[in-house]
Amino acid sequence: MSFEKPASLNNTSSIAAPTSQANGHTREKISVRSLNFYYGTSRALKEVNLSLREHKVTALIGPSGCGKSTLLRVFNRMYDLYPGQRAEGEVLLDGENILDPSLDLNLLRARVGMVFQKPTPFPMSIYDNIAFGIKLYERLSKSEMDGRVESALRRSALWEEVRDKLTQSGLSLSGGQQQRLCIARTVAIRPEVILFDEPCSALDPISTSKIEELIDELTDDYTIAIVTHSMQQAARVSEYTAFMYLGELVEFDDTSKVFTSPREKRTQDYITGRFG
Amino acid sequence: MMSEHIVRAYDKELDALGRRIAEMGGIAEKMVVDAMDALSSVNNELAQQVIMTDARLDALQRDIEEQAILTIARRQPMAVDLREIIGAIRVAGDLERVGDLAKNIAKRSVKIGAEARVTRAVVGLKHMNDLATEQMKDVLDAYALRDVERAQAVWTRDAELDALEDSVFRDLLTHMMEDPRNISFCAHLLFCSKNIERIGDHATNIAETVYYLVTGGTLPPDRPKGRPDASPAQLQAAGQ
Amino acid sequence: MIIAKYRRRRRIDAIAKGLCLAATGFGLGWLVLILAALLWNGVGGVSFAVFTQMTPPPGAAGGLLNAIAGSLILTVLGVLIGAPIGMLAGTYMAEYGRYSKLTFFVRFINDILLSAPSIVVGLFVYELMVTRMGHFSGIAGAVALAIIVIPVVVRTTEDMLLLVPGPLREAASALGMPLASVITKVAYRAARAGLVTGVLLAIARISGETAPLLFTALNNQFYSVNLNEPMSSLPAVIFQFALSPYKEWQQLAWTGALLVTFAVLAMSIAARILSARAVNK
Repeated sequence: MSFEKPASLNNTSSIAAPTSQANGHTREKISVRSLNFYYGTSRALKEVNLSLREHKVTALIGPSGCGKSTLLRVFNRMYDLYPGQRAEGEVLLDGENILDPSLDLNLLRARVGMVFQKPTPFPMSIYDNIAFGIKLYERLSKSEMDGRVESALRRSALWEEVRDKLTQSGLSLSGGQQQRLCIARTVAIRPEVILFDEPCSALDPISTSKIEELIDELTDDYTIAIVTHSMQQAARVSEYTAFMYLGELVEFDDTSKVFTSPREKRTQDYITGRFG
Repeated sequence: MMSEHIVRAYDKELDALGRRIAEMGGIAEKMVVDAMDALSSVNNELAQQVIMTDARLDALQRDIEEQAILTIARRQPMAVDLREIIGAIRVAGDLERVGDLAKNIAKRSVKIGAEARVTRAVVGLKHMNDLATEQMKDVLDAYALRDVERAQAVWTRDAELDALEDSVFRDLLTHMMEDPRNISFCAHLLFCSKNIERIGDHATNIAETVYYLVTGGTLPPDRPKGRPDASPAQLQAAGQ
Repeated sequence: MIIAKYRRRRRIDAIAKGLCLAATGFGLGWLVLILAALLWNGVGGVSFAVFTQMTPPPGAAGGLLNAIAGSLILTVLGVLIGAPIGMLAGTYMAEYGRYSKLTFFVRFINDILLSAPSIVVGLFVYELMVTRMGHFSGIAGAVALAIIVIPVVVRTTEDMLLLVPGPLREAASALGMPLASVITKVAYRAARAGLVTGVLLAIARISGETAPLLFTALNNQFYSVNLNEPMSSLPAVIFQFALSPYKEWQQLAWTGALLVTFAVLAMSIAARILSARAVNK
């Protein structure tokens, strides 16, 4: 498969997004062009350009308030829930601009799923938690639904632990299990992109490892973007890393490059703990 | 140069590592000079000193490795810090082997003793050793200052050392052919010249490490080899 | 020096604790006295007849059937009218118009209405309905009670819905759920116990309201479930019988008071248990 790669749209010379397909890069699933984001009158994202590659994990790192979560939430137009927040620019999902006001938000979110920082199982049974999302889009018989629920739980490495208690409330699970339930819920509706907003920050190290393993397996079928405070996690989990600072995209490159010899001093200062 | 880490203990650990390397470098340099002195002035005492100093060098290298591993486990270093620590491990290894090579020269000096000596041959060897010592000094300075250009200069100048080794080799062969009584002495000197050439190689290894440390890249794999008729300037150009 | 300060603090602590206990005892004491008085005077009158016979004329024996039936009907109707209105308003304020100016004003007025004297409500409905219709009626009474229910339900609905964590809503939206579904299927479910508690509290509140009923449903000696006619209610009967000189009537008044009090008590306890269960989840 060959695609027309857009020429580098970045203004600053230090951000050279990996563009050559010959290096093993897949095509761009989501392209962000000149994105500016406003909370009321204050600008939170400044002329951001980057791309999420298909079937790859892109990590967004940076200090608190740098705009990484804001950027992530643009990908599924989550900010639409709140008045006074708006985005300008272009964000293309498979070539379609998702910032278009006439876009059907619910259909967008069926294609771009999100897993949040704090596990948020719905107050219903484990089975219903997963069937809930599916019922929005599909009408399935009981056996079909059972199958989908099972496969979603298997995909999230949760099936073995909950197969005997599907009717129990989702809130009765441990933190790590709840988060995997949320992942199963997202995976069940078969999106194309999954966004993770600091998914492990509320979890213990073992649960964290399980979820990192899960993310690794999910890249076979999904494009993934993950916001994380832990640089080690970003280094472990992602193929591309974007470092953001005060709303700007400072550096965006292969993860291996960013963490062994980054181009920008600000990036280096942040990842080596020299930020003062 | 670099701003400080937020966790100051991290900076302290990296500094301690740097200081130990500097200590090792000083000891290794002195060993190389003293070994040659012991050889040329038939000073057995000095030779013994060199042999015993090697133990200190070995201990320092083990210490540096241990500290580096602990720092990696504790701090999970990234980017330049990671390269620093890996660099420190590599340089410590190179310096330890330089010490071993100097020790070997000192041992040979004891073996040779005051037997049939060909003073002219020793002069050539001393010239080689002086160059090797200068390489070591320069590369250790480059390491301490993180000076890439100086490191690259050492890297290319190794060709001179190679050229020198060639001429010393031919010189010793000539001596051996002239008079069979020289063979034993010159044979020992042959080994010594090989050792000195290897000291030069370790100096270039350290230079490569300095380059990697500062830039994150590697120097080209083919170092310009010494050709006796090539001028240093030509070699420099070829090396670039 | 330090020990002295510490001892002083201990002393102050003991005094304060003592005062708190005394105040609690004082308050509880009156409650116990009221309940004891009710039990003492009312229990004697409780009999099968109370629940099967109508209110008697003076001097005769009887029961409270029409009053109980009337109270039930008026209360249920009042809740049926008021609770849905209150819930929908509360939902608007918490979900759709959370940050709007309108919500701010509605909340403000609602809080005023919450503590409005119920007699004023009764007078209002009197002007609105009773004079227009030309007679007192059960339906007017129900409307008056509904007007008292609405602010209570609005308040608790909004509060409970606001307690539903934002990430939970976002998680539902992130699946592509339209806002109406997020509210009904996720927010309501999450706030369920709290919402029910709110309704129960409203019921408890109107069970004992007398003043509004006096202007609207008045009272009815006979058993009637016709909404177009004046309807009896326990508070109204208690009002009438307690002030009378007839012993039988006074006894029935005590019994009626006992019934009302314990019904409200039971509902309040049920509300507490429900909300505790919601918290423990």
